[in-house]
Amino acid sequence: MLVLERVGKTYPNGVHALGGVSLEVELGEIVAVIGGSGCGKSTLLRTISGLDPSSEGSVVLDGERIIAPHEKIGIIFQEPRLLPWLKVADNVGFGLGDRPKSERAHRVAAALKRVGLADKAGVWPRELSGGQAQRVAIARALVPRPEVLLLDEPFSALDAFTRADLQDHLLDLWTDLRPTLILVTHDVDEAIVLADRIMVMCPRPGRVFEDIGVDLPRPRDRQSAAFDFAKRRVLAALDRSLQRVPSGAEDEPKAEAGAALWW
Amino acid sequence: MSLVGMSIIVEGSPAQERTARNRWARLTRPALGFVLPVTLAVTWEFVVRMGWASGRLAPPPSVIFATFVDLARTGDLQRNTLVTLGRVAAGFGLGAGVATIVGAAAGYSPLVRRLLDPSLQALRAIPSIAWVPLFILWLGIFEASKVTLIAVGVFFPVYLGLMGAIQSVDRKLVEVGRAFRLSDVAMVRRILLPAVLPAYVISLRSGLGLGWMFVVAAELMGASEGLGYLLIDGQQLGKPAEIVTAIVAFAIVGKATDWLIALVATPFLRWEDVVRQD
Repeated sequence: MLVLERVGKTYPNGVHALGGVSLEVELGEIVAVIGGSGCGKSTLLRTISGLDPSSEGSVVLDGERIIAPHEKIGIIFQEPRLLPWLKVADNVGFGLGDRPKSERAHRVAAALKRVGLADKAGVWPRELSGGQAQRVAIARALVPRPEVLLLDEPFSALDAFTRADLQDHLLDLWTDLRPTLILVTHDVDEAIVLADRIMVMCPRPGRVFEDIGVDLPRPRDRQSAAFDFAKRRVLAALDRSLQRVPSGAEDEPKAEAGAALWW
Repeated sequence: MSLVGMSIIVEGSPAQERTARNRWARLTRPALGFVLPVTLAVTWEFVVRMGWASGRLAPPPSVIFATFVDLARTGDLQRNTLVTLGRVAAGFGLGAGVATIVGAAAGYSPLVRRLLDPSLQALRAIPSIAWVPLFILWLGIFEASKVTLIAVGVFFPVYLGLMGAIQSVDRKLVEVGRAFRLSDVAMVRRILLPAVLPAYVISLRSGLGLGWMFVVAAELMGASEGLGYLLIDGQQLGKPAEIVTAIVAFAIVGKATDWLIALVATPFLRWEDVVRQD
């Protein structure tokens, strides 16, 4: 279990990016973090990853405090960040540097097969499309079998078709391996397709504004009424988090609520 | 191109035709670069043979070639080339070695950079030939001062290139290394080294180019052997063909050493996403 206790982050330049986020995430849960820009979503994720440890409070995974990158935590960035001088297979095996060669080859091949890129093992990263590169990045993060996988707007740079494809793909992977997923996104649809819970954050300093459960059976139909209902709920919460709707009117999502989608 | 390509496809054996065309293009395209010098050489030869010019100060290609063969037969050319090559190798090794250490330290550590870089930049502003009298006073007129001058010439491009390359390593890739908990040594070996290699190779090649420039300067200022000595000898004895021969030897060995660096580096740089010219 991942426990965040009043996690705060103040940067050395005095910017108070995150102010006291508390959160408990069960193993295998999928949590989406959503919110307007500057609400500390990415900061929160980087804090959990140990890349930018918190300045207040604590992040604890299975009783162990996270203050630096940890083997049980994997991270996928907005860009694939593949190492251009390594072939795809070596990129995927990057986190297995200390394992015997045969084990490494075996696990890399399995991971590439799982993301549907078995035929690209010997290819340079520059020869991949954006979607393929991000799939390789997912494989690279999954190969060390992390307990928690953090995703920082992983599909935002991709076109709509590739994005939907990769969302489904990510769910398939999750079904097989059941890691905890924490996904930062600005795409409400993406949050609802994937998450068990959606944390709506609000800015200055970044904190959790609302914790919305998504209780829809998987796979989720993007066209269904229930999906639409959940979407309205999240959008309304987003609007409130940005204080654009006067309090009292919050139960009635307004027509222009969709505007928050592309913030 | 497209019209020709299309007609080939219509003809039915596109792959075969295309490889044949490619092979032809591979052979002819570099040859295009020879057109100008060869034309000039042939013209000059013709002009001298016809007696329209004496060719005493600007010998025709046949005379240069004869001198080249002559010097090669007596072994003078090889001996002098080897001496010069040895100086460049020593100066390049020394300059590039020191530049690699200092450049790596300055690129990696802001403290070292703040400490050393201003002084080195100030020294860089001095035209390196200006050091010659001082080096001769300090190190004598023999090999040490020559090698030092070459090393100074090689040092700056390598130092600047490596320091800049380390500083501009993509922070995002370094973060990938951190996320996978690489040790400092592993970070250098698996991220920094491959990331700086392309720029480092380029800086080595420009350093080597300067090394060849400076060896000429060093040898012109007093040497009893070496290609630079051939230049001076040719000038003093009025043998322009010998001068041109030395120049041609410089060009050949300089290009060969540059090519050698490129050749050694190629297997490590295959990943580069560059626009290839073909």
